[in-house]
Amino acid sequence: MTPMIDIGPVDAIPLRGSRSVTLDGQNIAVFRTGDDRIFALVNRCPHKHGPLSEGIIHGHAVACPLHNWRISLETGEALGADKGCTPTVAVQVEAGRILLAAPIRVAA
Amino acid sequence: MDLQTGLEPALLVDGDGDLALATRPDRRHLVVIGNGMAGCRAVEELLARDGGNWRVTIFGAEPHVNYNRIMLSPVLAGEKSFDEIVINPRDWYDDNAIDLVTSDPVIAIDRDARTVISRSGRTVGYDRLLIATGSDPFIIPVPGHDLPGVISFRDMNDVDTMLAASAAGGSAVVIGGGLLGLEAAHGLALRGMQVTVLHLMPTLMERQLDEAAGWLLKSALEARGQVVLTGADTAAIYGEGRVEGVRLKDGREIPASLVVMAVGIRPAVKLARECGLAVGRGIQVDDHMVTSDANVLAVGECVEHDGQVYGLVAPLWDMCRSLADGLIGTTNPYRGSVTSTKLKVSGIDVFSAGDFSGGEGCEDIVLRDAARGIYKRVVLRADRVIGAVLYGDTADGSWYFDLLKKGTDIADLRDVLIYGQAFAAGGGPADPSAAVAALPADAEICGCNGVTKGQVVDCIEAGAASLDAVRQTCKASASCGSCTGLVETLLALTLGADAVESGPKTMCGCTSFGHDDVRREIVAQGMRSIPEVMQLLHWSTPDGCSSCRPALNYYLLCAAPGEYRDDQQSRFVNERLHANIQKDGTYSVVPRMWGGLTNPRELRAIADVVEKYEAPMVKVTGGQRLDIFGIKKEDLTAVWADLNAAGMVSGHAYGKALRTVKTCVGSEWCRFGTQDSTGLGVTIERLSWGSWMPHKFKIAVSGCPRNCAEATIKDFGIICVDSGYELHVGGNGGIKVRVTDLLCKVTTEAEVLEHCAAFIQLYREKARYLERTAPWIERVGLGYIQDCLLTDPAERVALAERFHHSQSFSQDDPWQQRVAGSDADLHQQLEPAE
Ligand code: SRM
Ligand SMILES: Cc1cc2nc3c(=O)[nH]c(=O)nc-3n(C[C@H](O)[C@H](O)[C@H](O)COP(=O)(O)OP(=O)(O)OC[C@H]3O[C@@H](n4cnc5c(N)ncnc54)[C@H](O)[C@@H]3O)c2cc1C
Ligand code: SF4
Ligand code: FES
Repeated sequence: MTPMIDIGPVDAIPLRGSRSVTLDGQNIAVFRTGDDRIFALVNRCPHKHGPLSEGIIHGHAVACPLHNWRISLETGEALGADKGCTPTVAVQVEAGRILLAAPIRVAA
Repeated sequence: MDLQTGLEPALLVDGDGDLALATRPDRRHLVVIGNGMAGCRAVEELLARDGGNWRVTIFGAEPHVNYNRIMLSPVLAGEKSFDEIVINPRDWYDDNAIDLVTSDPVIAIDRDARTVISRSGRTVGYDRLLIATGSDPFIIPVPGHDLPGVISFRDMNDVDTMLAASAAGGSAVVIGGGLLGLEAAHGLALRGMQVTVLHLMPTLMERQLDEAAGWLLKSALEARGQVVLTGADTAAIYGEGRVEGVRLKDGREIPASLVVMAVGIRPAVKLARECGLAVGRGIQVDDHMVTSDANVLAVGECVEHDGQVYGLVAPLWDMCRSLADGLIGTTNPYRGSVTSTKLKVSGIDVFSAGDFSGGEGCEDIVLRDAARGIYKRVVLRADRVIGAVLYGDTADGSWYFDLLKKGTDIADLRDVLIYGQAFAAGGGPADPSAAVAALPADAEICGCNGVTKGQVVDCIEAGAASLDAVRQTCKASASCGSCTGLVETLLALTLGADAVESGPKTMCGCTSFGHDDVRREIVAQGMRSIPEVMQLLHWSTPDGCSSCRPALNYYLLCAAPGEYRDDQQSRFVNERLHANIQKDGTYSVVPRMWGGLTNPRELRAIADVVEKYEAPMVKVTGGQRLDIFGIKKEDLTAVWADLNAAGMVSGHAYGKALRTVKTCVGSEWCRFGTQDSTGLGVTIERLSWGSWMPHKFKIAVSGCPRNCAEATIKDFGIICVDSGYELHVGGNGGIKVRVTDLLCKVTTEAEVLEHCAAFIQLYREKARYLERTAPWIERVGLGYIQDCLLTDPAERVALAERFHHSQSFSQDDPWQQRVAGSDADLHQQLEPAE
């Protein structure tokens, strides 16, 4: 089993908010959606590398703060007419703590 | 115990002399830990299938026979007595020769010896063991959590404690605004206590309800006299010897003689973990409720099945059927459950089921009826119902839940689905237009304004060819908008679909109202929150979109300064972080330089910041100040602290707000200067900084008509002349250059300030969100502005005063607030634990 790294309590992220964390030099954006689910993506927009952790979160998607591409939190794919994909990071919640897969298992 | 059946003694290895009579020696012995809802139901299911082959011993920690835990809420509320909620009375245990051991919890399981040991020292052997220990309430470990008077809400004992406390009257605090907490609060309020509910999240029952329904629920509870504090983080419970109150992290204190913690439950897995069974979040079981030990089963809230744990009873019934079938060797795998929730607070109807987070591929159908306090939302994906939230009218909850569980294709029902089962069953796919055509002329169309169908048709025939025209003439659909669809249908029926004129643009796809209508109603109806606006104006989406949320946030802020609490999640990143995001994800920082003036202390502080934080660039902006580039998000607060220390505050270069007041040298130095343009610019900037506006706002003051400060392309421009000051408005140097219009000429600085404040306030109150002064003035005309500002001095003074009032709440430097620790987590990364 991949070891999971505890990066803090779920409550550290507001609903419809997001925080980032750096693991092995890789910046990861961790999102908490309105329905209280946690997702993680490499913190880099497929367009021009905008920090997705700063976007406005809507349903299970985030709008990139730079040029407003919408990225699916589930798949990392750009939604709508835009094309591109950001790697997702395996994440899991246990007893109110957020666990990220490490070494980061970046799924395409 | 039934002496008549001639049962043999039970296998009491070490008892207290209370010999239970047991069964034939070949009967297998089932020992159950937990005399609760799941444990007893499992026994019932087993006895119904195969009673002859089992004898049963049940251990219960509570002193009672098995009762319906759900009904503790009605008992607390005084609607039921304990006797009425008993599920299995004594007779049931006796008739089925079940040995019930009450008030004696099991404290250990020996799986090798196949025995359990109770607190009083009983050791009982088993062939099969069933663990049905339910959940433990979660207690937040804040200081004072163990004071007398702090309780949870889980069993009859808790209810008795609450009843005793409420008999003495006084105040109670309920921590947790979920299902349990709200039912506790309701019961205590009915028992005469003054109740405050503290909820950490921004909306109540956020796991079951969306923002819209959560807001309705909060309003209803407040109307009943409960105090509901959302976003309330408990710091401590205080009191000498027993609880006296609760202190929040923001320092507020709420006195209370009783504190009920209802913040969540954890599966009770201690026994299972200690005896080495596989435990995740709950005791892990297979599809027949068998744990990692084939002789040990588990059921109820204490189990984890397929990664899921449950906190409601419906799943328990399915689990118990699979368990009993498994025990007698029949295959009937449990496959997990979809759950639905109802709040048991009389007079408040709330229902939710399934997934209502929305998102890609999902479609929302929303129906709001403000007059009747109804909100209904059904979430669809690929023509299937996947979630539903109902407030105010929950009659169709079970119908939606059934469609959801069965995965019914609702394509044919889609148009009428939201009106409920009775309507949908009313004969084939309904044609809304035919239904409207069939209405009699005296049928009421608009309930708010009492307008009949006949009146609407008359008004259309008299020339009102658009929704907006109808709204303006006969007022139908002008207030809450819930009859907009009816009016549109009447327009199409009366004029033919092609002849209907489209009105002014709506705010966005979420509403049929334009910006001006929304603002007017916010003020007229005294609305105070985004969910309130959405409910009262019949938003067609559950929580708006990224264009209406920031606009509503601004309109509310403008309408109720000092009262409305800004919603950070409705702000774009720059306004959330008080800095401008750059293409590489770093930020630029622009401190205010009043009127373009600076001094060695400020320049030194800026130079120090540039070096200390290795800012790659510092630049003079087109707005007469310095911009420090390439600051990392984590460094922002430290940079601000350094700039604050030198007396500098945020320049709002990122906001829909006052940006800069450009000045020229003026009469102090310039040989042509007629007035002190520099000093006046500084005074104006001190007056107007910090204010949120529909869009960015720029001011300039030039000391003479040579206009070196470019005042004639600013939102508000002042040209000083010998005889006084020319005031110019509506200029723009951006994408479409527009030269200002001359508003008027005044003679004193005091008049300049009054006109400036009044103009800004007029713009703040009347312009649409994201409309700069130039397009605003083009739209409403200079004459309108002059009417408002110049005809009646009293009106101008009133506008200026409203601006000053609003400024008294907004001239807090947002940087300093962040430095002092507000919203600190917005600036920090998460840290991996060691
Ligand atoms: C920094 C600055 C350029 C500079 O180095 O001089 C600047 C930088 C930006 N301007 Fe500007 N504008 C700057 C002065 C101006 C001026 C000149 C002025 O204020 O006298 C104008 C024309 C005057 C006017 O606004 O009427 C100007 C007209 C714009 C416009 C077009 C506005 C319009 O109404 O058409 C935009 C786009 C927008 O706002 O949507 C814009 C947008 C921007 C943004 C915010 C673009 C963006 O969305 O990221 C740039 C932010 C860069 C950053 O991160 O700091 N900037 N911008 C100037 C900051 C002034 C300050 O001290 O705050
Ligand atoms: C106030 C309230 C209102 C609720 N309202 C609803 C509702 O409206 N709808 C809904 O679906 N659900 C509701 N629930 C949840 C529902 O009651 C539970 O899901 C259900 O009771 C779980 O059954 P269970 O048998 O797993 O646990 P329980 O019913 O809690 O039974 C577990 C029993 O095991 C006993 N026990 C624990 N450890 C030991 C031990 N070591 N030895 C002996 N005995 C032990 C406990 O004392 C308890 O009696 C409500 C719960 C509460 C508290
Ligand atoms: S002119 Fe364009 S490129 Fe230059 S700062 Fe303004 S927005 Fe950016
Ligand atoms: S970098 Fe994300 S949209 Fe351009």
